[in-house]
Amino acid sequence: MTNLALIATLLMIMALAYHMGLTRSRAVAAEHDVRMHSRPGYYGALVALWCGLPALALFLLWSFLAPQLIEMLVTHQLPADMVAGMSDRELVTFLRRVTALANERSVSGGGTSEELAAAAHMARLQTFENLSLVALMAVFAVTGLVVARRNISPQWRARNQVERVITIALAASSGVAIFTTVGIVLSMLGETLKFFTFISPAEFFLGTTWNPRFSTSGTDAQGEFGLLPLLWGTMMVSAIALLVAIPVGLMTAIYMAEYAPPWLRNVAKPIIEILAGIPTIVYGFFALIVIGPFLSNVGDLIGINIRTTSALTAGLVMGIMIIPFVSSLSDDIITQVPKSLRDGALGLGATKSETIRQVVLPAALPGIVGAFLLAASRAIGETMIVVLAAGNNPVLHANPFEAVSTITVTIVNQLTGDMDFASPQSLVAFALGLTLFVITLGLNVIALIVVRKYRQQYE
Amino acid sequence: MNTSAHPNIPSSMVSVGGGESRKSKATGNVKMSAKDVKVFYGNTQAINGIDIDIYENEVLAFIGPSGCGKSTFLRCLNRMNDTIDICRVEGKIVLDDQDIYAPDRDVVLLRAQVGIVFQKPNPFPKSIYENIAYGPRLHGLAKRKAELDDVVESSLRRAGLWEEVKDRLDQPGTGLSGGQQQRLCIARTIAVSPDIILMDEPCSALDPIATGKVEQLIDELSESYTIVMVTHNMQQAARVADRTAFFHMGDLVEVDSTDTIFTNPQNQRTHDYITGRFG
Repeated sequence: MTNLALIATLLMIMALAYHMGLTRSRAVAAEHDVRMHSRPGYYGALVALWCGLPALALFLLWSFLAPQLIEMLVTHQLPADMVAGMSDRELVTFLRRVTALANERSVSGGGTSEELAAAAHMARLQTFENLSLVALMAVFAVTGLVVARRNISPQWRARNQVERVITIALAASSGVAIFTTVGIVLSMLGETLKFFTFISPAEFFLGTTWNPRFSTSGTDAQGEFGLLPLLWGTMMVSAIALLVAIPVGLMTAIYMAEYAPPWLRNVAKPIIEILAGIPTIVYGFFALIVIGPFLSNVGDLIGINIRTTSALTAGLVMGIMIIPFVSSLSDDIITQVPKSLRDGALGLGATKSETIRQVVLPAALPGIVGAFLLAASRAIGETMIVVLAAGNNPVLHANPFEAVSTITVTIVNQLTGDMDFASPQSLVAFALGLTLFVITLGLNVIALIVVRKYRQQYE
Repeated sequence: MNTSAHPNIPSSMVSVGGGESRKSKATGNVKMSAKDVKVFYGNTQAINGIDIDIYENEVLAFIGPSGCGKSTFLRCLNRMNDTIDICRVEGKIVLDDQDIYAPDRDVVLLRAQVGIVFQKPNPFPKSIYENIAYGPRLHGLAKRKAELDDVVESSLRRAGLWEEVKDRLDQPGTGLSGGQQQRLCIARTIAVSPDIILMDEPCSALDPIATGKVEQLIDELSESYTIVMVTHNMQQAARVADRTAFFHMGDLVEVDSTDTIFTNPQNQRTHDYITGRFG
């Protein structure tokens, strides 16, 4: 029985259990002519949970432990001198080949006789394991169902128990995101520390030259891993992007929140928000094919040498991309400013634009700054546009018309192609990733604090 | 001004202290006058043709049950209804012989002349000083910093708030208590030297002590300003108003001296309302 069919069956049994719990609770109520503690649906749900949860827990635990147990048994059964003659690494490879053979996948060389024998043994064990899992799950499910159904009585606080299970399920779901974040950070941290055994942190954070060379040329040909040119490129592109996005986005927000008639607002707001839904790779080749050449031509006209792929090209297009972030967040915040404040200013004889400039915007300022910071962290982490349009030139210079490279672009470069995860050339990607993570995390935290402070003001 | 005539708030409406001395004031010149004013929200008519004269330096109170149109009409008097998109005003409102709804009328100047204080205190999220200075700056009323300081001080003094805040003018106005905030808003309105002050239920968000202070302030202000106020509280109208107007379902049912309205109303609906039969 495949796992999918197993789970599907279990769900069907749970549905049945729900129904049985429901009818049983009604029967109990009718029999004793009393009011049950909870509505029948709660008894049904609780019986279903009693039936399903233990079986599901068994299934998860089993899927985690059984393969290891089987490998252990197979190893045990091998001739002792053969195991003793193999290094740990060879044993792992051997077991991997055996597992593949047991599951009827082909391996290179077709498998030796020892491997085939072990595979046959493993296949037998797997069949037995699978059958016993099905049997055990059935026992768990049926026991749970019977016990829970028998438990149904007017005093059983089914509603409270179901509520508790729901609370736990919700908490576990939020835990997924948090533990994933922690996991990502820890894995990056480990690799970063490995990188710092090759290159000292001072050399990485303060180095002004980025020239990692290739890992294939051997560890003796170590390059230079200076972060500063990349950080500078990131900052330059992001700054250009924000210079575009902040004024345009803010003015869009003011128009949408204060001036636009409702019908226009209803049409225009979704269209602006679509900008946020365009894949960034599309922005990337828009920059490469349209904006880059256009800027280059304009540069020729006025006598400035603008490269087709430059900080300016990438920054401009990225700015367009983050306009909706700025505008829709600011719009929400401006709309939240109480009408009574506007009335106060208008009642004193302020014009509409005076009211917005002198009362509404100052009141909304902390929230708007929060929106800017979120947009900035988005710009710093943006990858595809800069990969295509920034020109990949990791050199420290202050000319926005020249090509630059950013942290994100460099991570892509270091992790594509043929790589060896033990070389500093690949490991540096993790150090860069962690740096980026810390920068954007910092901006997000500041933004959240600022936004929260603003919220408190009107509560 | 005879505020000591009713030091205790009368609990019954009939005992209107000080009414006699106030009534004599309500015979001045007509300051503002409405002719057949109708207000629509979209297709719904909220006000059905109101005619009323407002005299100089009187305190005129609008009373009536919720939704009767008294606030809507009040907001017509300085065109605050312009800020509501679906609101449409018909008829004529004249201030000092000039139509305030005339096409060439500058609404900015109108609102400087007819100030408004709202139901809920709405100080700007700025310092106390900046709250008061906002209006004068807007209209260029003070040329130098010293002049502005004077305007701020005199406005706060008139609003009876100076002694309480003079040492913390640079602190946010939102940090004051509710009653202080409302008096700050009144001071803010006075600072642009209006002729008329509209008050839309100015005490409904305040506790009884703060209400007492604001009522006393209204009494004092009526020396120099014409005051039109909306109130839900009939005792409040009895205490502070020279004349009272009763609104019901978009109609101006009756307007007369406060004494007459509360002791001898001419209209059956007014009588039913003030004796608590509805509303």
